[in-house]
Amino acid sequence: MSIEPTIAAESRRDPWFRRLPVISHFNKSVGLQRGMLVTGLVLTGLFLLTAIFAPLIAPFGFSQISDAEGNFPAQQAPGGKHLLGTTVGGYDVFSRVVWGAQTAVLVIIVAVIMSIFIGVILGLVSGYIGGWLDRILVVVADAVYAFPSLLVAIVMAIVISGGRSSLWGGILAAAISITVVFIPQYFRVIRAETIRLKAEPFVESAKVVGASNIRIMTRHIYRNATRTLPLIFTLNASEAILTLAGLGFLGFGIEPTSAAEWGFDLNKALADTTSGIWWTGVFPGLAIVLTVVGLTLVGESINDLNDPRLRGRRKAAPGKTGPDTAGSGTAGSQAPVSAEVSSS
Amino acid sequence: MTTLIEAPPSDADGLLPTKKKASGGGLGQYILIRFLLIFPTIFILVTLVFFLMRITGDPITAALGGRLPPEQLAERIHAAGYDRPIFVQYFEYLGQLITGNFGTTLSDNRPVSEMLTTYGAATLELSINALLVALLVGIPLGMIAAHRRDKAADAVLRIFAILCYATPVFFAGLLLKLTFAVWLGWLPVAGRAKTSTELALTALQAPTGIYWLDSLRSGNMAALGDVFAHAVLPAVALGLLTAGIFLRLVRTNVIGTLGKDYVEAGRSRGVSEFRLVTKHAYKPALIPIITVMGLQIAVMLGGAVLTETTFEWKGLGFQLATYLTARDFVAVQGIVVLLAVIVAVTNFIVDIVAALIDPRVRY
Repeated sequence: MSIEPTIAAESRRDPWFRRLPVISHFNKSVGLQRGMLVTGLVLTGLFLLTAIFAPLIAPFGFSQISDAEGNFPAQQAPGGKHLLGTTVGGYDVFSRVVWGAQTAVLVIIVAVIMSIFIGVILGLVSGYIGGWLDRILVVVADAVYAFPSLLVAIVMAIVISGGRSSLWGGILAAAISITVVFIPQYFRVIRAETIRLKAEPFVESAKVVGASNIRIMTRHIYRNATRTLPLIFTLNASEAILTLAGLGFLGFGIEPTSAAEWGFDLNKALADTTSGIWWTGVFPGLAIVLTVVGLTLVGESINDLNDPRLRGRRKAAPGKTGPDTAGSGTAGSQAPVSAEVSSS
Repeated sequence: MTTLIEAPPSDADGLLPTKKKASGGGLGQYILIRFLLIFPTIFILVTLVFFLMRITGDPITAALGGRLPPEQLAERIHAAGYDRPIFVQYFEYLGQLITGNFGTTLSDNRPVSEMLTTYGAATLELSINALLVALLVGIPLGMIAAHRRDKAADAVLRIFAILCYATPVFFAGLLLKLTFAVWLGWLPVAGRAKTSTELALTALQAPTGIYWLDSLRSGNMAALGDVFAHAVLPAVALGLLTAGIFLRLVRTNVIGTLGKDYVEAGRSRGVSEFRLVTKHAYKPALIPIITVMGLQIAVMLGGAVLTETTFEWKGLGFQLATYLTARDFVAVQGIVVLLAVIVAVTNFIVDIVAALIDPRVRY
């Protein structure tokens, strides 16, 4: 493990596949950070695979309460035909947990794409044009940002669907509710970057050459201002899952007959706990926790690895480490630590 | 509330006359500007909530639509004035808000302001309990993590912090309920107190609605014990959500200050490691914690809605969920507006406290 080859490798341009976002991060990582990144990637991968292959993995449909042998028993303990038991309504818990991953992915994708789209446009326009438009948008964004996000989502859920609806209606309602929560975040980031970039010489020269404002915004500023977005995306995806589950828990999710939703199932499981029935709540809850942990680990690792001050070094002088939040430390302390991470 | 807001300027003006000249801006001016900023924030939220809730139609149709014949429905809408132009209603609503009149709930027909004060006390109690748990868990563990940096203890604590963040409060509540209330039977399953205790406390003259305060005042120790037993699980469920954030914050900041020269100087004079972490490195790390605490109030209020539903804790959040199911949007609007005011005021107080502690914060 000598230090020279590393430096040489970095100064040379790597092949394209080594420069892909996650792969390049993986190669940069070391020790505890690599452990965190890998754990996060594995959990996120499992989540995505479950979502994609839900029809193949789940033994039953999410709203199926009977098969050829008759109705499913209600509140059956885990084991046998129903791997994780059944709910009071006779739904198969395992199938609903698996289908729930699909709902979660759909909502995240729709929500994050919409909030990026709207947030980026508003941020660009607001930052570039400035003036009273900028001032109003900033005050509104700050007001919404300071407010409890779950309440914003609840208000939006009322506005959109009056509460509940079909699969796509429900997904759209949940996604739009989450979008409204996230727009201020994207707006702030993009606006700040736009204002910084507006003063750069290349924007000035574009103006001199006679480029239109729209061209400057879409070409010159947009490309530079959106570099931090993948990071916010991963961090927000986990928050989106929590907001969706919160909405579902309050009964603002998606009807159980139109899709499976973890938060909704947890709400229904609440009444079961007093009689000691644990499997209806524990499994959807674990699914939420594992998914959020996975996404958070990926997001945080990428954040740390993007920042040279936080990045763990392959070889650090013992006892001398930078002010980082992710551990670096000496080689000796890394081995047990990363083992701890992956075992969790 | 007013004393809290108005006290700092006069106090600070008396204390820091010389500093004011040096820094140019001045604390009094900062507080004034910051105070004035509360109003647009509240105004915007009230306006947004009002118009958003009205896009879907009037509250009476939402609450009773389908259950009443159309003529009766129209009659009630007319009686309540919901058939007038939206802007007339909006300005009337604003006028009512200023005088503290939030309207009357549709589902149980009681003044919204009375509902807010009754259930607000319960939510306040839950939030204080949870904040205590968060601070008691988060700060010491954060110090340990900073002290044992990159060791096994640190890694375990960081995973704990991520788990705290990743676990939705209602799932944490469900697990706690299952373990401590159902399986072990140590603590009650739900509610704020036994019915007998609640009756004893409401018999009190001018009850505050904050149960542990009321039971202390009545000197009823059995009631206090009962209230405490009921408070533990909800407080832990909601507190852990924030504890993880405090833990990480303390860890990062203590690590930052532990590397400073004055800590090194303390160490060379033979100050114990324990004292270095808990006194020398910890004090400067407090400032960001106070700022984040303000931001956490919003998170906590959101969490309180879910915690209260989980534990049937009869507070604003529990009522919010009930009114939502009943489609009583007048009540929902009242709760949302109150929470907006609370968030705006706490953010203001936190900013002022941060400015009093650290002069660099003021503009």
